[in-house]
Amino acid sequence: MIIVRYRNTFFAITGAIVFAALLSVAVFGLHLGTDFTGGALIQATYENGRPAPETLSQYLDTAGFSGYSLREANENDYILRAANLTSEQRGNLADTLSVGGESPAVINQLTEVGPVVGEELRNKAVIALALVLIAILFFIAFAFRKVSEPVSSWIYGLIALVTLGHDVLIPVGFYAVLGFFTGAQVDTLFITAVLTVLGYSVHDTIVVFDRVRENLRINQERGRREDFTEVAGRSLNQTLVRSVNTSLTTAMALTALFLLGPASTRDFSLTLLVGIIAGTYSSIFLATPLLVAVERWRAK
Amino acid sequence: MWKIRLTAALILALGVGFGWLVYDGQVNGTRPFRLGLDLSGGTQLVYRADLSAISEGDANESMAALRDTIERRVNLFGVSEPIVQTQHGGTFAGDPQERLIVELPGITDTQKAIELIGQTPVLEFRMLRSDQPIPATGISIDNVNEVFEMAAITGKHLASAQLQFDQSLGARPNDPVVALNFNSEGADIFAELTRNNVGKYFGIFLDGVPISIPVIREAIPGGTAVISGGFDANEAKELARNLNYGALPVPIELIGTQTVSGTLGAEAVERGITATLWGILAVVLFMIFWYRLPGIVAFLALSFYIVVILALFQWIPVTLTAAGIAAFILSVGMAVDANVLIFERMKEELRGGKDTADSIRDGFARAWLSIRDSNISSMITAIILFWFGTSLIKGFALVFGLGVLVSMLSSITISRTLLLALGVDAKSGILHFFFGSGIRN
Repeated sequence: MIIVRYRNTFFAITGAIVFAALLSVAVFGLHLGTDFTGGALIQATYENGRPAPETLSQYLDTAGFSGYSLREANENDYILRAANLTSEQRGNLADTLSVGGESPAVINQLTEVGPVVGEELRNKAVIALALVLIAILFFIAFAFRKVSEPVSSWIYGLIALVTLGHDVLIPVGFYAVLGFFTGAQVDTLFITAVLTVLGYSVHDTIVVFDRVRENLRINQERGRREDFTEVAGRSLNQTLVRSVNTSLTTAMALTALFLLGPASTRDFSLTLLVGIIAGTYSSIFLATPLLVAVERWRAK
Repeated sequence: MWKIRLTAALILALGVGFGWLVYDGQVNGTRPFRLGLDLSGGTQLVYRADLSAISEGDANESMAALRDTIERRVNLFGVSEPIVQTQHGGTFAGDPQERLIVELPGITDTQKAIELIGQTPVLEFRMLRSDQPIPATGISIDNVNEVFEMAAITGKHLASAQLQFDQSLGARPNDPVVALNFNSEGADIFAELTRNNVGKYFGIFLDGVPISIPVIREAIPGGTAVISGGFDANEAKELARNLNYGALPVPIELIGTQTVSGTLGAEAVERGITATLWGILAVVLFMIFWYRLPGIVAFLALSFYIVVILALFQWIPVTLTAAGIAAFILSVGMAVDANVLIFERMKEELRGGKDTADSIRDGFARAWLSIRDSNISSMITAIILFWFGTSLIKGFALVFGLGVLVSMLSSITISRTLLLALGVDAKSGILHFFFGSGIRN
């Protein structure tokens, strides 16, 4: 089995990808969205073409906006992020954005989040992330509770966790790049995507590991001697098609959502897509090769 | 054999029945899909209720009164199907607060929506503490809780208000005043309050400002109080009208808004439907291409899953958001996962030399554990997301959780029955091809 035999090559590739993801987070950073920081998020559409940003800024300054950011979106849209609006700013918003009637603006979306709500959501997101990790940890411990030789049960669990770390780092790193190019910010939907990836991708790894243990058991029952590398490689081979196909169907559905679906879930579907691909990759190219590497190392 | 075929026929008929119910519920409007504000267009306002002056035991009652009043006010303005609900929040920001969430479908002018709610007066009654001087009326008091204590009677005891002209001694003749009539519970409370506090000062507060602070001269049994705030006739008339629509027992403060225009919402619905259809098509084509005859069975099982989940959306009912649609599409992709696991296992059993029926049975039995495990981990995520959620994420989590559960049941029961009902021998002639998969056999 090529993947198991040349595992060091694949470790190197995986390492490079993870490094790139970390680098992208370090360089581009992750920017918290209005959901978490509090403030106002406004999307305005200009049917007759949008005004120059300088003109719009002038009107915003006059209306008492400060520390805001403007970003062009779609063909005729502006996305404005600002501090919470005063009632006067809110009442005159359409006029302000229409730059004195020159370019009539339609407010398509206005979201205001108070500081307490933002802080609460931020804390809840951290707790949700921790809860999912703990729950999945227990789940892995449960799935691998039966001890088997030559690799003990907790090592399967540990490797599943390492794999999970990989599956989350890749979409996070990807999102940092996306944020740099499109201004995507970390919002509740992003957290949702990450949590969904966590729940979904752990499963591919478990399918492969289950097969490894099943083959080990069968060998033992039949008194057959087979090298662990061989068993692992054979198991990977047997489960390869289903690993790829289960992810492929999900990826197809997500691709349809990304290409054709509503604008509000576009970044979300893309993040999920990257996460699910990363999850499939890691269950094939990282999990089992790691298992073999650990067994080899312990055998020495 | 005829038994399993009968079951299969029943399942198919049931699926068609569900499909018809969903269609009928939507087209005839008896059970239409419920769309969230991000799809229907509208405004959501989130308020924090200031309960600082209310004792903890009265908090729930005050929130209920708040909700009823706002609901009445919103209905009055002809907003169709508004949702007004209370929510306990802020615990995770170290600032627990009671919130009021108002959803106004179809209203896309945020400021107008805020003003609509904002016209609701806040009516409070407070007793002046005995050691305090009488403050001036008409201006707000900074340390109001030190100067006054809350009275047992509140704005929720108000039954009606009307404009009158002051006839009492010492008043300027024909000064407009507003008479407050309490409901029967309020009348009793007010009678007892006035009987026990003769000689004390009774403050009537409107929107946090003391309007009049009369002295209680004697017990008032009739359940009527008068606000004489030096209004002109028009002001008094407007106040009486607003009070008649209901008064809030505690002040509220706007802490969040969300508005989505109708056009953006309609576009999201349209794109959501398009994406769902293409997503389903891609998944189905892939399954049939790769798994052939079992692929068609998977398609039937998926169709069954889709009509059942859509029926559930209508019956529960689930409020669909853009995130909910995303969860639905995701669940379609994941719904066939179980079929993939089963069919792959089945092929192994076939290759291992078992006959077709046994391979189907064993394939299902052996794949079950890993199907169950994979769904457990997704359910964990769905449950935690539901807890985490804002309404947006709750929509995702609910649809996702339901989808995982229903798809698991449909793929293991429906696919199995349908496959067995075919009753064919996968090893004979042409059927060998139909039970094969992938590019090679």
